[in-house]
Amino acid sequence: MAKVLMNGNSAIGEAAIRAGCQCYFGYPITPQNELTEYMATHLSRKKGCTFIQAESEISAINMVYGASLAGVRAMTSSSSPGISLKQEGISYLAACELPAVIVNMTRGGPGLGSISAAQSDYFQATRGGGHGDYRTIVLAPSSVQELADLTYKAFDLSDKYRVPLVILGDGMLGQMIEPVEFSYEAPKEPIIRNNALRGAKGRTSRIVKTFTSNPATVEEINWSLFRRYQLIKQEEVVWDTFMVEDAQLIVVAFGIAARIAKGAIKSARIEGMKVGMLRPITLWPFPAEKVREVANRTNYFLVFEMNMGQMIEDVQLALEGAGEVSFYGRTGGVIPTPNEVLRVISRLYYQKGLK
Amino acid sequence: MKKIYTRPKSLKRTPFHYCPGCGHSITHKIMTELIDEMNLQDKTIGIPPPGCSVFAYNYFDIDMAESAHGRGAAVATGLKRAYPEAIVFTYQGDGDLAAIGTAETIHASNRGENITAIFINNAVYGMTGGQMAPTTLLSQKTTTTPYGRDDKIEGYPIKMSEILALVKGSAYIERVAVNSPANIIKAKKAIRKAFQVQIDCLGFSMVEILSPCPTNWKMSPVESWKWIDEVMVKEFPLGVIKDITGKKDAG
Repeated sequence: MAKVLMNGNSAIGEAAIRAGCQCYFGYPITPQNELTEYMATHLSRKKGCTFIQAESEISAINMVYGASLAGVRAMTSSSSPGISLKQEGISYLAACELPAVIVNMTRGGPGLGSISAAQSDYFQATRGGGHGDYRTIVLAPSSVQELADLTYKAFDLSDKYRVPLVILGDGMLGQMIEPVEFSYEAPKEPIIRNNALRGAKGRTSRIVKTFTSNPATVEEINWSLFRRYQLIKQEEVVWDTFMVEDAQLIVVAFGIAARIAKGAIKSARIEGMKVGMLRPITLWPFPAEKVREVANRTNYFLVFEMNMGQMIEDVQLALEGAGEVSFYGRTGGVIPTPNEVLRVISRLYYQKGLK
Repeated sequence: MKKIYTRPKSLKRTPFHYCPGCGHSITHKIMTELIDEMNLQDKTIGIPPPGCSVFAYNYFDIDMAESAHGRGAAVATGLKRAYPEAIVFTYQGDGDLAAIGTAETIHASNRGENITAIFINNAVYGMTGGQMAPTTLLSQKTTTTPYGRDDKIEGYPIKMSEILALVKGSAYIERVAVNSPANIIKAKKAIRKAFQVQIDCLGFSMVEILSPCPTNWKMSPVESWKWIDEVMVKEFPLGVIKDITGKKDAG
C-alpha cells in the first residue's frame, strides 16, 4: 500500500483494524477524538465488529474487559483524565490475565489540566497505574508511522503475554499529520484466543476471577504475573539510538520529546558538539541494560521529558550512580522547541567541559 | 420407581456458603433449574460482581467471570457484543446495581443490550456487614443508619425497576420475591421470561428479586420472610413493571 497522509489518532485506528481489533469502546475526550471517530466510521460497519460510545471511560474499559473475556481483540482509548478513570478496569484485566490495548494520548495534568501534549502520565503507565502489584507493557511511539507499527505490535504482545498494554502517545502525536504506510494486512478470519469464555460446550465450565478468601491464592497469582513480567523484561525491551557512537553527552527522551530532541541534536552536531540520543520505545520494560551500556562510553546524561521528571528515575535506577544525570522538562502541555533544547544541551556541554 | 426430583445439572456439588435463610441460595437453585430446562448450560455466561454472590461461580456450572463492583452491565455488554450467541446475565446486589453501577445499568438498558440482569434487592449491603443500601427502607436500621434511614439525610429508597422501565431500550422488567413457595414459583417464571426475551433479542431484561437477609436484618429466617410481605413490598410492589412482549404479540 502506498503512503497516505493521516493524523496520528486515525492511523492508530486503521492499524488496529488491520491488526484484527474487533471491538472498540470509547468516550470522547480531547486530544484523541479522531481515533474514536475513525472507529465509529470504519470499525462499526465491519462484519462481526463492534463500536460503542460508552457512557463513561469506566464503562468503556469494562466493555473491553467483557470483549476480552470472549477472546476477541479489543481496545479503548482516552487521554489523561479518562485514563485515570480506566485504572480500575486495567487492574482487573491484569489480574485476570486478559489482553487489551489501551491508548493514552496524554495531555497536560494534573486535574483537568490542558488539552495540549504532555508526558506526565509516565509514572501512571509504567508503574501499573491502578491498585495491586501489576505492570502493563508500555509502548512509546514518536511518529505517525510508528504509531501504526506499534499498534500492530501492541495487539500481538498483549495476546502473547495475556497482559493489558498501554500505547503512551500524546496530544501532539495524535493531532499531527504525516505520511504513513500500512504494511499489515488484516486477518481474513477473526482472531479468537484460546481459553475464552464462550459457553461450556464440550468442556468443563470455566471461571475467570481473582477474588478468593485465601490470601495465599492471590499471592500465587502475583507470583505467576511476576514470572511473566520477568520474561517480558528479558524478551521485549525495544529502544532506538541516534548518533551515540562518539557521543560525549547522551540525551534520553521518549515519544514526541525524542522527536524534538533529535532536532536539537542535529543542530548541536553542526556546532561540533558530540551529542547522541537513547530513545526507549518500551517504557516498561525499560531499556536499563542499554542505558548502562551507553554509560561505558560517557558519564553525562540529559533526560528530557515533557513533565517534571519521571523517566529520569528509571535512568538513575539503571545507572546506579554510574553517570551524571541532568534533567530538562516542560510540562502542563507546553511544547518546547528544538532550539530551546539546544540551548540546554549547549549549556550543559560546555559547563561539563566536554569536547 | 420414577425419579421426580434431582439436583440441577447446572448446579455444582459445592455446599452454599450463604447464611441460613439467605435468598441467594434459592435464586441460584431456580436459575440453575431454568438453565437446565431451557437447555442453556453450554451457552450461558454469568457475571457476578462483588457482593455476597461474587462466589456464585462456585455454584453455577457454567462459564462465569467476576467483574468490578457495579460494572456488570458494561462487562456483559462487551461480552455479548463480542459473542452474540451467548446468553449473558449479570447477578448483582442492590449496592452494585442501584448505587455504584447505576450509570452502567441505565445505559446498557437504554442501548437495549440483549442481556439479563438478576437484581437481588435485600435492602442492605450484605457482604460488608450490613451497611445502608440505596434500597434501604426509611427508618430501617443498618450499621451506617444506626438511628434508622432518614430521608432528610440519606434520601429515599431508590426504585431501579421503575427507573429502568422508563428507559426505552428495556424490554422486560418484573419485581418478584423469594419468600414463599408461591413467590419462588413466580420468580422462576419471571427469570424464564427474562431469558426468553434475551433469546428473542428484544432488548434489556431485568428481574428484581426481593431477597431475605436474616443475618443483617437481625431476624430469624421466618421473620425475614414475613418482613418482606409486611414491610418491603409496600415500598417495592411485586409484579410486571414493563413488558413489551405482549405489545409485540398484539401488534
